[in-house]
Amino acid sequence: MITDERYEFKSETKRTLLYVGILGLVLFGLGTFLAMQGGSHDEGHAATAVTKNLLASAEPTPGGGEAHAEHHGSPLWLKRVFTSLWHHNIFFAGIGIIGLFFIAIQYAAQAGWSAPIKRIPLAIGHWIPFSGILMLVLWFVVKNDVFHWSHHDLYVKGADTYDHIIAGKAAFFFWPLEAGSFPAFYVLRLVAFFTLWYVFFTWIKKEMLQEDISGGVQHWLTARKFSAIFLVIFAVTSSVSAWDWVMSIDTHWYSTMMGWYVFASWWVTGLAMITLIVVNLKDAGYLKMVNANHLHDLGKFVFAFSVFWTYIWFSQFMLIYYANIPEETVYFIQRLRTAPYSWIFFANLILNFVLPFLLLMTRDAKRHASMLKVVCPIVIVGHWFDFYNMVTPGVMKDQGGLGLLEIGLALVFVSMFLYVVLNALTKFPLVAKQHPMMGESLSHHI
Amino acid sequence: MDSNKNFLVGVFDDEDVLMKAVENVRQKGVKIHEVYTPFPVHGLDEALGYRRSRLPIAAFLFGMTGTMLAIFTQIWMMGFDWPMIIGGKNYVSLPPFVPVTFEFTVLLAAFGMVGTFLIVSDMKPYKWPRQYDIRSTDDKLIMAIDLAANKYGKDEIAGILKSNGATEVNEKNF
Repeated sequence: MITDERYEFKSETKRTLLYVGILGLVLFGLGTFLAMQGGSHDEGHAATAVTKNLLASAEPTPGGGEAHAEHHGSPLWLKRVFTSLWHHNIFFAGIGIIGLFFIAIQYAAQAGWSAPIKRIPLAIGHWIPFSGILMLVLWFVVKNDVFHWSHHDLYVKGADTYDHIIAGKAAFFFWPLEAGSFPAFYVLRLVAFFTLWYVFFTWIKKEMLQEDISGGVQHWLTARKFSAIFLVIFAVTSSVSAWDWVMSIDTHWYSTMMGWYVFASWWVTGLAMITLIVVNLKDAGYLKMVNANHLHDLGKFVFAFSVFWTYIWFSQFMLIYYANIPEETVYFIQRLRTAPYSWIFFANLILNFVLPFLLLMTRDAKRHASMLKVVCPIVIVGHWFDFYNMVTPGVMKDQGGLGLLEIGLALVFVSMFLYVVLNALTKFPLVAKQHPMMGESLSHHI
Repeated sequence: MDSNKNFLVGVFDDEDVLMKAVENVRQKGVKIHEVYTPFPVHGLDEALGYRRSRLPIAAFLFGMTGTMLAIFTQIWMMGFDWPMIIGGKNYVSLPPFVPVTFEFTVLLAAFGMVGTFLIVSDMKPYKWPRQYDIRSTDDKLIMAIDLAANKYGKDEIAGILKSNGATEVNEKNF
């Protein structure tokens, strides 16, 4: 059963990806042009007054947050471009890191069933260095528009613009430097997280590929050791990166659930991506040994963690709703009362909970590729909306838009991401050759 | 309990032999009453030709009943029978109802499923299961064949079992 099977990245596939990327760029350009004309913001104005009042009354520092909202330098359309870039990068960075996280979970749990599909998450992990570099570069480009806290004058004591809440959080961004200067701690974390992830990725990858050549259980044992260490590191870094990259956009606001929330969203998106690639590779004639039992396990993963995401979503919403503290509820008021966010807020729940829950509930649905091919894209698109609603309202306030610009950029990122992943997939055999648990996996039966 | 039932009990040592035997015996047209194993044997259900249990459907229906009942009860109590303002929320506000609804769904689904299972499997107090061979709880795999349900005679079936790897064939009457 074990073959020296390799994925062939056909030139048609490359061309399709290129066309998708070009189409995305064209749509992105068109969307940006439309945004520059200011045409796409009209529908938001009815809700503007309501939200402004609510936001003003909920603002913990009267005259604080709203007053210095004015001197954000870039024009609206550019802010929207920056927001969208940041949104896409954290979304896809998450899918990349989940590739490694999935492998680490399999090793740490000593799981046997996943032996033939482990190379797909390995390929997905190749996105980590790209997203890391992109993240670092993007941060310096978008910081003044996306991250309100990066403005120097918030930290000048005695000035009009002084914000004692943000100043209280200064050490989290600027330590060991002076508040309002270069955010050394923040950038250091960004670099350190990606470096750590990438280092563990290369270590585990090395063991996995070495195993093909020399065999034995030693590589598996070493990979398990690295995986266990990585999981501890990821537990901390995933949470802190959620505060850094997502929660610090709404600087005044905080939620103790946010680390888990972002992780849950990444994790289920990554699982859907892995499942989707496995199912499509099977359709293309690869991965013959992957049968309904393996698909069943992948389907269960997507089903279970859709429910897990909902549980986290509800835990966050419920406590904030019930406690009704203005500095917390502002987050949901903004998302429930303003134009594109309000329908996305509910679409989010339908796409990420109701549909996967009902569609994947039965055993047969999880065992059939045709159903997985319907549900996985729904979950991926749903969590794209989820991240949209996490990032955009904090930056764009009531001026946010969802149109050609965002869709175009999504296509660009999808084509880049898939190019990197599929290209990585050609570099090693598609199925591990001497995996110690291959036998167990081939006779997997549930 | 119905009396005077005659069974032929084949005893096997190995699950692979048993699996093959199940296939061959069924192919010969012998109806197998039940197979007892000390540990789960993967693929045995399919080999015996059992249809999948419909218990999940029962669970879903019980769960839906729980969902409806919980939502109805809360709306009726909090909204109409004895309206109370809690935390400045509306009388009928859905978010706080969700945890109760969820728990009640799980509760009814679980209880309903266990109850259905007990009834369907005819497990009730003071009902003792038939013990075809006590060693099926230890190290032997047991295939029970109801003689009344088969057109073959006792000796013929015994021969078929023996030729398919049964270490012993015993008779058992209840």
